[in-house]
Amino acid sequence: MKPFAELLDRLIYTPSRNAKLALLVAYFRSAPDPDRGWALAALTGGLGFKGVKAGAVRELAMRRVDPVLFGWSYDYVGDLAETTALIWPQRPTNRDWPSLTEVVERLHAAKRAEAADVVEEWLDPLDATGRWALLKLITGGLRVGVSARLAKVAMADYGGVDPAEIEELWHGLEPPYEELFAWLDGRAERPDLEDRPIFRPPMLAHPLEEGEAQALDLTQFRAEWKWDGIRVQIAARGGEVRLYSRTGDDIGATFPDILDHVTFQGVLDGELLVVAGGEVRPFNELQQRLNRKTVSAPMLKKYPAFVRLYDILFDGEEDLRELPFDDRRQRLESFFAREAPQRMDVSDLVSFEGADDLETLRVSARGTATEGLMLKRGDAPYVAGRPKGLWYKWKRGPLTVDAVLMYAQRGHGKRSSYYSDYTFGTWRQNPDSGAGELVPVGKAYFGFTDEELKQLDKWVRDHTVKRFGPVREVSHGLVLEVAFDSVHRSTRHKSGVAMRFPRISRIRWDKPAGEADRLDALERMIE
Amino acid sequence: MTASIAAPHPQTWIEIRPQGLFCVPGGFYVDPVRPVDRAVITHGHADHARAGHGAVAATPETLAIMTARYGAEPEQSRQAVRYGESLKIGDVTVSLHPAGHVLGSAQACLEYKGARIVVSGDYKRRADPTCAAFEPVPCDVFVTEATFGLPVFRHPDDRAEIAKLLDSVALFPERCHVIGAYALGKAQRLIALLRQAGWQRPIYIHGALQALCDLYRDHGVELGELLPATAGQKGVARDEFKGEIVLALPSAIADRWGRRLPDPVVCMASGWMRVRQRARQRGVELPLIISDHADWDELLDTFDDVGAPEIWITHGSEEALMHAASARGYKARALALVGYEEEGQ
Repeated sequence: MKPFAELLDRLIYTPSRNAKLALLVAYFRSAPDPDRGWALAALTGGLGFKGVKAGAVRELAMRRVDPVLFGWSYDYVGDLAETTALIWPQRPTNRDWPSLTEVVERLHAAKRAEAADVVEEWLDPLDATGRWALLKLITGGLRVGVSARLAKVAMADYGGVDPAEIEELWHGLEPPYEELFAWLDGRAERPDLEDRPIFRPPMLAHPLEEGEAQALDLTQFRAEWKWDGIRVQIAARGGEVRLYSRTGDDIGATFPDILDHVTFQGVLDGELLVVAGGEVRPFNELQQRLNRKTVSAPMLKKYPAFVRLYDILFDGEEDLRELPFDDRRQRLESFFAREAPQRMDVSDLVSFEGADDLETLRVSARGTATEGLMLKRGDAPYVAGRPKGLWYKWKRGPLTVDAVLMYAQRGHGKRSSYYSDYTFGTWRQNPDSGAGELVPVGKAYFGFTDEELKQLDKWVRDHTVKRFGPVREVSHGLVLEVAFDSVHRSTRHKSGVAMRFPRISRIRWDKPAGEADRLDALERMIE
Repeated sequence: MTASIAAPHPQTWIEIRPQGLFCVPGGFYVDPVRPVDRAVITHGHADHARAGHGAVAATPETLAIMTARYGAEPEQSRQAVRYGESLKIGDVTVSLHPAGHVLGSAQACLEYKGARIVVSGDYKRRADPTCAAFEPVPCDVFVTEATFGLPVFRHPDDRAEIAKLLDSVALFPERCHVIGAYALGKAQRLIALLRQAGWQRPIYIHGALQALCDLYRDHGVELGELLPATAGQKGVARDEFKGEIVLALPSAIADRWGRRLPDPVVCMASGWMRVRQRARQRGVELPLIISDHADWDELLDTFDDVGAPEIWITHGSEEALMHAASARGYKARALALVGYEEEGQ
């Protein structure tokens, strides 16, 4: 545990990417199996403990600490794990630090009721850094400035292989990754995953900014609609079928209407949509089926799922990813004709002549269940990750509304001393009194620079009218231009509308609150 | 020390005024935040020792620091009081006792008709090679700071923090380690701790630290070879700083002055460095938890050591400390004094 705690502690203060890689590689080199594999799992978000949640950490702290002192300390520190780690009154113990492997194995084996006792025993021998690392580890979300991608690049550096090779194997391997380390150490062959329905890292697109389309040699590119669903991969190998999200989460359990119809062998890339009566339904309807553990029969009937295919990675056992896009497209069409899979179709290519034509198509995309256009080079192989110059996504411009800041909430982590989450509203006439009033329409916590955050924080502090714990109500004097991708009816919000992907696009210091938009303006944007 | 029945409780003869804590029968303030006629000064930090008072009583070291800071102030009458010596001001006997905070820092013990109040100023309980160690003085009321008045603040052993710094210097020989530290106290203590840990190379210091380092030396504190970190071409990194340790004011590191440092590892020595997000917000790459203030446990232990039934809290996180002191059976009161700065703000 000690080397792992020291690694996390060094990482959190290290701003430079190369220095982080060096720290990670040094750790992989010195830590034993399987500790280093569990560390890798923790860094890539692949380690979860059902028994211990944030609430359990608080309860643990309450066993030893005066709740009033804990409350003041937490307000100051702004992070539950760190507060508990720092405040923990150690009792003398003859125990030693647990190893990372001991922590993982005992917590995986522990029943929910035992987990807290197990953790309490460890908190005494550990020092403050050890406690912090342990509590971060078991509550998930290390937040030490290392993405899963960076950890994999460090593994590639460690073994002297291409990061794409790590990505390729990644979803077929499981913590503590002893097979992977053995291969990178030169002690074993590369793990063979060919007969498993593993997730293949998808190819992603770069956003195309305004005006950039003119600079591309468009004769080399093919255009497709960018459908407004979620990107998925269907993998059918060795008699098993899986449905993966873009990040490799297995979401098949709630989509039997897709998987039960798969009779083919291969790996396909497409967009998961709700299609009813031959028509693609708004994203909001697909949302009803996401992030659920189970799915009910009425749900299946009301929001039938569908996959619109973009690409083919494997036909049977044949890996097609090295082929150019144009060839894969032909293989996809012939595959589709041969297998005739249910609840799927092939996304059309969009024909166009020149940049102006494309621009017209893109702008017209609103209201058609698409988010814009995709541009793909005809000669591009299927490359994992986000390679430069091969695929572009060209979204239609966002919608915007001028809204009034109503409430601000303190952020967490790095933003714990700032009011950084903003609830904003638009004007309407009160249905009873007829008076003008603001009604909250959304909440956003990004889109502004660090400098703007400081200004917003100061404005909030200077204009507070009421406080509710971490939330401040402010006087109605600041207009925020809010950008969002779309807006839908919602019964959960007082305003009756919900925005998708709202962010602060501009702070309108100049605009009087009375001139902000009215709720009807938002309602007119509902598709 | 217990007051006799007749001894007047300090709350009847100590007042909290906008200028600071005022002793009525003595007609003087302790560490006033504005110019006053008569002041007793606990130590030389600028928020406690301000310029422009009429008469000042303080330790000889504190008076020397004030002269280094503000010049001679010829209009001012100065009275040097050594540790353990006492002085009569009006009807009040004032004595000064080591506070362990910085060179010359003192607790002011005020005794009036058998009642005794100790105004401790800022203090710490750890050994510090650059100043005299804190001495508990029995009293009826103990006036304490609460800079680190939250139980998350427990300062580790300073030798381990210095070892962390020297490990990092060994790990990054191509980089320069620059430590943000205050000109009075922290800088000299760091230098002395580095010398104790065996660091024999010259230590480079920002120009603003020079005068007080000289003053410490004049008072017999051994600091080894110090070289100015201010020479060289403006805005150009100086290669000779690679692998070296540089001390500077925290404000200078983030400013243009910092550009002379080759790929610096920014370190900060402060008790606040215990909280990760606080260190990160300040762009610190190597936090060193070294403080000249008492940590949480030391604050509470000190109350036990001085045996005062009543604790008055001046500045810092007073709510939590009041709560904890009350739970231990002390009568605790927050004075809500304004004008004193947090360390490292």
